[in-house]
Amino acid sequence: MHELSVTESLLKIAVQHAEQANAKRVTDLHIVIGDLASMVDESLQFYWDIIAKETIAEGATLHFRRVSAELQCNTCLEKYHPTDQELVCPICDGAGARIIAGEEFALESIDVE
Amino acid sequence: MPHNISVVENILNANDRIAQENYNRLEKAGVFSINILASPGAGKTSLIEQTVPRLKDRLRVAAIDGDIATSIDSDRAAAAGALAAIQINTGGDCHLDAVMLRGALEKLTLPQFDLLIVENVGNLVCPANFKLGTHKTVLVASVPEGDDKPYKYPGTYRGVDVLIVNKMDLLPYVKFNMDYFERGVQVLNPGVKTFHTSCTTGEGLDAWTDWLVEQASCYRSVH
Repeated sequence: MHELSVTESLLKIAVQHAEQANAKRVTDLHIVIGDLASMVDESLQFYWDIIAKETIAEGATLHFRRVSAELQCNTCLEKYHPTDQELVCPICDGAGARIIAGEEFALESIDVE
Repeated sequence: MPHNISVVENILNANDRIAQENYNRLEKAGVFSINILASPGAGKTSLIEQTVPRLKDRLRVAAIDGDIATSIDSDRAAAAGALAAIQINTGGDCHLDAVMLRGALEKLTLPQFDLLIVENVGNLVCPANFKLGTHKTVLVASVPEGDDKPYKYPGTYRGVDVLIVNKMDLLPYVKFNMDYFERGVQVLNPGVKTFHTSCTTGEGLDAWTDWLVEQASCYRSVH
């Protein structure tokens, strides 16, 4: 489990941006999580409710946008979603692909008052 | 007035910044460093035990071992001949991060070493997301784990510089299709430097340690 330390980073970033904007309160956080980023939504919200207490972000709701894994074949440039059993390009069977989506883990925006 | 502020900040930026500091510190001290990842039981510590004696009189080795609890791994590294062995207990965290490595680096007089071996917590998921600042990342896979691991843990298999397939002596006894395994590896990490090893028979270990010596000396000649 690493969601606790990650949630601390999240709080730090959110509070810093809110203070820069002279906001009094953070009400919502919009987070993007790729399926390959190995982060669990429920667990982040659980820790958030504990660590955000007595900060300007206390009680804020976390909103998650999940991004599924997507690869691009190095040979034919086809973009495809890998399955559980197969990573190889379904079109040309070519070796080599790069991950183009699914590793995101970022705070996109916050709602403040 | 309620309003929305755009942030777009990578949540692990703080870790990445400290990883860069660790990298700079290792560069300055001229220490070649590797981060070893594997699932629990793949043979990371056994590999280190077999590697360190083979490097005797060739490289001065320090080891940093990450584990949730106990100092079993660093004790084994020290017994194998590592000149310094530091244990990091993560207290439940499933991976090492750059802050933990920074703390361990502070306990070492870095210029006294040629090679730093960092043994991460046994886990194929999380360590891939937390950069440490080492020069190379080495993944130890093992035959009994099964041939589907590249498919299940693409983030880890994609990001490594070296792949060690360990416990090769067990290949006749377990269902492990090397072609299927390598096919998964090659999609994500074409041409990755690979060693087939067994810590029981000694297969492949000389090639692996020669590679370490070569890398460390190339590294020294540039710096």
